[in-house]
Amino acid sequence: MDTRGPQAYWLILVSFFGALVLAILPLPRYLLIWRPEWVALVLIYWSMALPHRVGLLTALCLGLMLDVLEGALLGQNATGLVVVAVLVMLLYQRIRVFNLWQQSGVVFVLVSLNQMVCQWLQQWEGLGSERLLFLLPAAISALIWPVVYFSLRSARRSYRVS
Amino acid sequence: MRLVLVLLVLVGILVADHRFNAMLGARAVLEMVATPVYWAAEAPVKLFDWGRERLVSHAQLLEDKQRLQQENLVLQGRSQQMASLQAENVRLRALMNSSAILRDDVQVAELVGVSPDPERHQLVINKGSDDGVFVGQPLLDADGLLGQVVEVSPQLSRVLLITDATHSIPVQVNRNGVRAIAEGTGSLGQLEVHHVSATTDIREGDLLVTSGLGGRFPAGYPVAVVSNVYRDPGKAFANIFATPSAALDRSRHVLLVFTAPANKEGD
Repeated sequence: MDTRGPQAYWLILVSFFGALVLAILPLPRYLLIWRPEWVALVLIYWSMALPHRVGLLTALCLGLMLDVLEGALLGQNATGLVVVAVLVMLLYQRIRVFNLWQQSGVVFVLVSLNQMVCQWLQQWEGLGSERLLFLLPAAISALIWPVVYFSLRSARRSYRVS
Repeated sequence: MRLVLVLLVLVGILVADHRFNAMLGARAVLEMVATPVYWAAEAPVKLFDWGRERLVSHAQLLEDKQRLQQENLVLQGRSQQMASLQAENVRLRALMNSSAILRDDVQVAELVGVSPDPERHQLVINKGSDDGVFVGQPLLDADGLLGQVVEVSPQLSRVLLITDATHSIPVQVNRNGVRAIAEGTGSLGQLEVHHVSATTDIREGDLLVTSGLGGRFPAGYPVAVVSNVYRDPGKAFANIFATPSAALDRSRHVLLVFTAPANKEGD
C-alpha cells in the first residue's frame, strides 16, 4: 500500500478519528458549551475538498458514531451532519472560491443548522434548554475554521490526497 | 435519490430508538467500534494522573501514610462493632420473620468519559458485559448513590446519573420512613421531590435513602439531603428540593453493586 497519493484514505480516517476524540475529550462543565463542533468542521472540509470521496454515507456513519459516543438519541447527530453534507455538496464550488472570512460565515450557518436539527430532536426527546445558547458552538466553530482549514489543507497537499 | 434513502433510514433509526427502544443491539455494536475513541480521549487525563502520582514528595507520602494508618485504625474499630451489630440485626430480623438482608457485593470501576452534552448527565465506565455488568445495575460512590447503568457493551458501559432530567428514583426519609419519588432536574446539584402533601413531616436536613420499591435499587443507600422545603398554603403539594449526597461531578472511582438475590424481596 502506498501511504501517499490519491489512495491515502487513512489521512481522512485519522482526521475523523481525531475529531471524534476532540468531541468527547473531558472538559470542565463550564467549558462544555464552548466546545467547537469538531466533527462537523472536519466533515465540511473534506466534503468541500473531495466531494466525490466524502459525502452522505460518511456523514451518516460519522453521525451515528458521534451519537453513540455522546449517548444521544441514535440518529440525532447523524441527521444534522447529513443536512450539512448535502448543503456542502450543493455549494462546494462556491465555497471554494470564497475568501477565508466568507467561508467562516458559511461554516457558521452550516453548523448552526446542525445545532438546530440536534436541538429540535432533543426537544422531541424531552430534553434541551429554551435558551439560544446552543448556537454558541456554531460561532466558536466559525472562529476556529481558518485553523482547521489550513491544517487539513496542508496535510492533504503534503500527502497528495485527491 | 441517495439523500431520500439516507433520510428514510435516519427517520427509521430515530423512531426505533426513541419510541421502541429497539436499537440496543446496534448501539452496543457501535459502542464497541467506538471504544478506541474513548481510550484516546482518556489518555491525556491518564497521563496527567500518572505524572501527579509519580511526582509526589517523600514528605507528602509519609504524611499520607500516617493519615491512612490512623483512618485504618478507626475503621477497624468500627468494623469490630459491625460484626456484633450484624449478628444482632440478623437475629432481630429472624424474630420479625423477614428474610435476612445479605451484604451486597461491589466491584470498583473507573470513569473513562462524561457526556459532552451539558443537558445529558451520563458517565462512561470501564467495565462492561465481560465483567458481568447489566442494564439497570445501580452505581455508588463513597458518599451515596450515583445512578444506574443504561447501556452495556463488552468493555464499557454507560451510566445515567440520578440528576438527569429523565431519571426518577423511589426514596424514603431516613428519619421516619416517609416515601417519595426524587426526580432529576437537569442541574447537577439538585433533585426535586414530587407529590409530597403539604402536611407531610419532612424537613430541611433530612436524609433521603433508597426505599427499594420498584425493585431496581437496593434499599438503604443514601441518595440526597433535603435542602429546601417550600410550603405554599394554596397548594396541595410542598415544593421540596434535595442535594445529592454523591459527588456526581468529582468521583473518579465508582462502585457497581451486585445485589444478592435474597435482597429482592421488594419485587
